[in-house]
Amino acid sequence: MPGPDDFGMVWHLGWNHNMREKQKGSRAAGLPNDDIGPDIRLELYRLQVEIRDCEKRANDLFFQNLIKGTSHLSLGQEGIAAGVAVAMQPGDKSFCTYRGHAHTLARGVPMEKVLGELMLRDNGLMRGKGGSMHLTSVEHGVMGSYAIIGAHLPIACGSAWRAQYLGQKDVSVCFFGDGTTNIGAFHEALNFAAIWKLPVVFICENNLYMEYTPIADVTAVEHPAADRASAYGLERIVIDGNDADVVYRTAQAAFAKARKGDGPSLIECMTYRHSGHSRADPAKYRPEGELEKWLERDPIKIYRERLREFGISDAQVAAIDAESKRKVDAATEACKASPSAPVELLTTDVYADGGWSWRN
Amino acid sequence: MAELTYRDAVARGIAQEMERDNNVVFLGEDVAKAGGVFKSTVGLYEKFGPLRVRDTPISEQAILGAAMGAAMTGLRPIAEIMFADFAAVCFDYIANEFPKLRYMTNGQLGCPLVVRTGNGGGARFGAQHSQSIENWTMMIPGLKVVAPSSPIDVIGLMAAAVRDDNPVIFHEHKSLYAVKGEVPDGEILDTLGTARILRPGKDATILALALMVPRALAAAETLAAEHGIDCEVVDVRSLVPLDTDTILNSVARTGHLFTVEENPRLCGWGAEIASIVADEAFWDLDGPIVRITTPHIPLPAADHLEDLALPNAPRIVEKIGRVMNGSVR
Ligand SMILES: Cc1ncc(C[n+]2csc(CCOP(=O)(O)OP(=O)(O)O)c2C)c(N)n1
Ligand SMILES: [Mg+2]
Repeated sequence: MPGPDDFGMVWHLGWNHNMREKQKGSRAAGLPNDDIGPDIRLELYRLQVEIRDCEKRANDLFFQNLIKGTSHLSLGQEGIAAGVAVAMQPGDKSFCTYRGHAHTLARGVPMEKVLGELMLRDNGLMRGKGGSMHLTSVEHGVMGSYAIIGAHLPIACGSAWRAQYLGQKDVSVCFFGDGTTNIGAFHEALNFAAIWKLPVVFICENNLYMEYTPIADVTAVEHPAADRASAYGLERIVIDGNDADVVYRTAQAAFAKARKGDGPSLIECMTYRHSGHSRADPAKYRPEGELEKWLERDPIKIYRERLREFGISDAQVAAIDAESKRKVDAATEACKASPSAPVELLTTDVYADGGWSWRN
Repeated sequence: MAELTYRDAVARGIAQEMERDNNVVFLGEDVAKAGGVFKSTVGLYEKFGPLRVRDTPISEQAILGAAMGAAMTGLRPIAEIMFADFAAVCFDYIANEFPKLRYMTNGQLGCPLVVRTGNGGGARFGAQHSQSIENWTMMIPGLKVVAPSSPIDVIGLMAAAVRDDNPVIFHEHKSLYAVKGEVPDGEILDTLGTARILRPGKDATILALALMVPRALAAAETLAAEHGIDCEVVDVRSLVPLDTDTILNSVARTGHLFTVEENPRLCGWGAEIASIVADEAFWDLDGPIVRITTPHIPLPAADHLEDLALPNAPRIVEKIGRVMNGSVR
């Protein structure tokens, strides 16, 4: 099973590796060579912190019984959501899963809209009709969150096919977990995207577990996504998903390739979820010490160090932290104050005429 | 006016819509260069080219998933699932994805697409290539479901399906592909959710769908000629939306209701209609509502056994004659 010790492995770095060499050279002269720049770095940091704070708040609200149903947090996986989203352009499309709060927030959807949906209030993204597993905000390019494992990979292909057919330049991005690589739709979608050279980027968040079963126990290859890539003529890409810079660079390259018309990419991001699969899960199945090791590689911790390394002041970081807390508190209060949706919503939007009528 | 087969009507209906709207695209297995395994899409590839008419791998989930992704972002795809039975391998899209999208997103997204599929028995294909699955699709809120019985209806309902902003499951009957019918020249556009009275009658209402329509019509002629029973034959055409007005009005006139269904017995479309009629037109009825269906069995391949299983004109005549005996108004 890949674990923290494997971070010494040769990641797919390619030009990233060269970048590191370059950085070593310039480090001697003072600050490291910065290919990303302070503005984007601060944005990557802000997103990770805001996602972290919002997810933590979601967890608290559960225990106050203010969030009903289920919910799947991305605590520990924020680096991927942030890194990919910052590399995206307006108009690009995100296709997410039930573990999709992070990806939704990362596209700029206000926290209140996300927390409101989790709390099933009228102010939520879908006014409570979808719930936590189906966050959608078309105006932000979030084209839905899907809760049937694998279903949205072909759907993302279809969106990419539309872009290709109409000559539009947007890229469709599809997020999913390691467990998703063992369902048929994953394989159908990869082949389909490859043969039609679709502008779609598949992002596998390998957090080492399906719900409770370690992915390594049920998968014939070590890297469930990347080791299958060659079967579809795609490059094998495994990256450190807890380093937002690495995610950002890799995603950027994949998007550029897609936009040029050179077809799909599949990126496997190694990561770890700090909490259980869903709120019902205390995650007792994890071996002792595993979580602690991964906490050392917490993406936000890594990124704070990174900012310091690049000369960004602690005051700037503290300001982002404070603003994030303020936003979460304000969003929480707004949600608590929001009513439930009116009961008329029960039967709206079943059909395109806005209603539910199936007979005359 | 031209005489056209049901098979050629499929291609004509699709072509009509592709000519009208550049956003209409068509995908499926063997549909483009080969013109479809039932030869129902011959000529489309030549006419509209490889960008609009696309052969896919044998990946039913990818076909329907891609159709959905394209539909929700601006295209109006038509997807073929070769045999209706194969809907089972991509049922996630039919049951969970297409029909829930608009509701779950509170109207932010829609799924304007058509899934065409070769439905029904009679071709000696055995249990996995002969099923009538219209009831699988009828039971899901958010879908529309049609099953035409004639070439002109194929074109008109296809056009209506493509222009509809909802996901429409379009059941073509495999045993009707060779059937011919008169079709006017020019654009044909029909309306979803409308049944059609094909033979007016005063003694009993027979509801039928797809291949059962010609059989019900033949039975009605025999019932009139040999039993003096004058049946009204209604082609239901559209299961969702369901034209209950036409059905309830017919029952109000005749006082008797029979359904002729190709699906196996349990939960066939006729059961739903029987329940509606029992609920809303009970006092119009002069006798029991009787469903004539395939027995609750998988379909056999052997011709004599399959013929025994599917409702046919003699069985319809026998059943209706027996029930109506002595109760004709
Ligand atoms: C088709 C299907 N099978 C099973 C499930 C139940 N289920 C929900 S999440 C999950 C685990 C998915 O694991 P992975 O893809 O690694 O994603 P993660 O939750 O780790 O982000 C399972 C089995 C489902 N939703 N859909
Ligand atoms: Mg996982």
